[in-house]
Amino acid sequence: MLSTHNVSFSFASTREASIHLNFPDFECQTGEHWLLLGQSGSGKTTLLHLLAGLRTPQSGEIKVNNTILNQLSGAKLDQFRGREIGVIFQQSHFLRALTVGENLAMARQLVALPADNNKIKALLEQLNIGHKFNALPSELSVGEQQRVAIARALVNDPTIILADEPTSALDDKNTEQVVALLKAQAQAANATLLVVTHDNRLKNIFDQQIEL
Amino acid sequence: MNLLRLSWKNLTFKPLSTLLSIVLFALGVGLVSLLFLLQKQVEDNFEKSLAGIDLVIGAKGSPLQLILSSMYHLDAPTGNISIEEIRPFLNPKHPLIETSIPLSLGDSYRTFRVVGTSTDILDFYDVSLASGKVWSQNFEVVIGNTVAQKLSLKLGSTFSSSHGFLEDENLGHDHTDFKVVGILASSGTVLDQLILTTNQSYWLTHEHDAANEEAAPQEDHADHDHDDHDHAHDHEAVPVTLPSLLEEPGEKEITSLLIKFKGRNFQALNMQRSINENTDLQAATPAIEINRLYSLMDTGEKALRILAFVIIFVSGLSIFISLFASLKERQYELALLRVMGGTRATLFTLIILEGLLLASLGCLFGLLLSHGGMQVFAGTLEKAYGYTFSGWTFLPQEWYLVGGSLLLGLVAAILPAIKASKTDISETLLKG
Repeated sequence: MLSTHNVSFSFASTREASIHLNFPDFECQTGEHWLLLGQSGSGKTTLLHLLAGLRTPQSGEIKVNNTILNQLSGAKLDQFRGREIGVIFQQSHFLRALTVGENLAMARQLVALPADNNKIKALLEQLNIGHKFNALPSELSVGEQQRVAIARALVNDPTIILADEPTSALDDKNTEQVVALLKAQAQAANATLLVVTHDNRLKNIFDQQIEL
Repeated sequence: MNLLRLSWKNLTFKPLSTLLSIVLFALGVGLVSLLFLLQKQVEDNFEKSLAGIDLVIGAKGSPLQLILSSMYHLDAPTGNISIEEIRPFLNPKHPLIETSIPLSLGDSYRTFRVVGTSTDILDFYDVSLASGKVWSQNFEVVIGNTVAQKLSLKLGSTFSSSHGFLEDENLGHDHTDFKVVGILASSGTVLDQLILTTNQSYWLTHEHDAANEEAAPQEDHADHDHDDHDHAHDHEAVPVTLPSLLEEPGEKEITSLLIKFKGRNFQALNMQRSINENTDLQAATPAIEINRLYSLMDTGEKALRILAFVIIFVSGLSIFISLFASLKERQYELALLRVMGGTRATLFTLIILEGLLLASLGCLFGLLLSHGGMQVFAGTLEKAYGYTFSGWTFLPQEWYLVGGSLLLGLVAAILPAIKASKTDISETLLKG
């Protein structure tokens, strides 16, 4: 379950002016798939960072499975995020010195889970990239990289999956595929999925939507 | 995938920059360790061959040269001295002298020096025979262990020496057959490298040469040397008891005398000054000359050591710079590690591990370099100086070198590690 209440955030955009953002309250139940729509500059990536605990809100409360995220700090917050929240960014980045398999293993070991290569292989198989287990991220196509990013977000069985503009670089056909994949994986893991986007093509695929 | 493996993979992902840091570090550490090794082994070799000798008497010249040539068998001898001049010191009844050992120097066989001397020298250096017997007749030789091994000489082998210390066939004493009668046990002293025979053999080989030169144009020219010539060839057939040098004619010459005093009293100490002031001889104290040599070497060594430490400092700097520069190009990776559950401490540890890995690899290769180099170098040193060197000895100072290296790696990594741990994840990710 993911919910917000009275969340606001402000940051300096220029030297004098600062931008103040107030976000609407919402509540996503466990297993629900949500779409967070907003135009560029509406603060949707900022909200995603707040939800992932990468930033602390100025006021308000973000709740993930009965834990108030913005009350955690330091190492506790890092570990909680790593364990409970899977994040897929607009651009896929990896630990470039590690293979795909090692990248996923690292994600598990950073939160003190066993590497479990069988689980990692099975996950990659589900995403049709099982043969890339030993490949370096730089050797993958953009589409493959995105699948690995999805696999990494899922590998710790998180309860929340946050995706930032996962389809912005994709054509219609691939967009449908990726969203279907995300929804299927989230469903299989019984995780709450929240996709942040300005991509109107996704409007018809998600029932629950929030607009900024 | 633990952090150590991740840091290792990060380093091998940029092999050139990693190699540069490691090579620099290895050069610095290797140079310091090589200096340690050389200094230690030179001093060990010198000290082993000191053998409690209190005074060396020889011809006038440089005292250091006298010590080097007579005790360490390096450098050329200072010249010869006549029996007449040193007769008092050969007398066993001398009130101050416990033992005196006459040395005749100047010849060699295939770069190993032939030394004419008395058998007392074995007691001086506390060396025993591994096989055979001591020399008692002219042209009988006892060879050091290294000589036996390097030249594959056995009991009964014969050879002729040559004048000087270079391997030069033209300077050979043609008809002087030395015969190996004994081989010394390995002792680590200079005796390992020597060929020992009687002082008289020296006179015979040289007089024989003179006789040959004179005899060539004038076949019938006969002089007293001719007896010695015959003697040289008959020495096996007719064993004679050699007279002590004390009884030899006064005009015969040797090179130097090694002296052990009965006690280090005032009179004994005065003897050196009195010899130097009142005679044509020179007396030198080994300990003083060797210390002078150390202080000469020390100047050069100091310069090298400073150079080595500068290299080490620069290599520490190179670790710092390469880590610091790498932070910028992998800030996204660092942020990613935090997103995946890594803490600030994780990032800090990761960078520190990279610094420590670079330093410890550099240190390891440096030690391999110095010890391997020393081992390779040992052959050359042994050839040039006749002393044994080895690369496979480890010194306690080297542990400090290892500790210092790790400390330097840590210090070089600390600022980059702090910076890494302070990465603002959200800002970094927004830059995408």
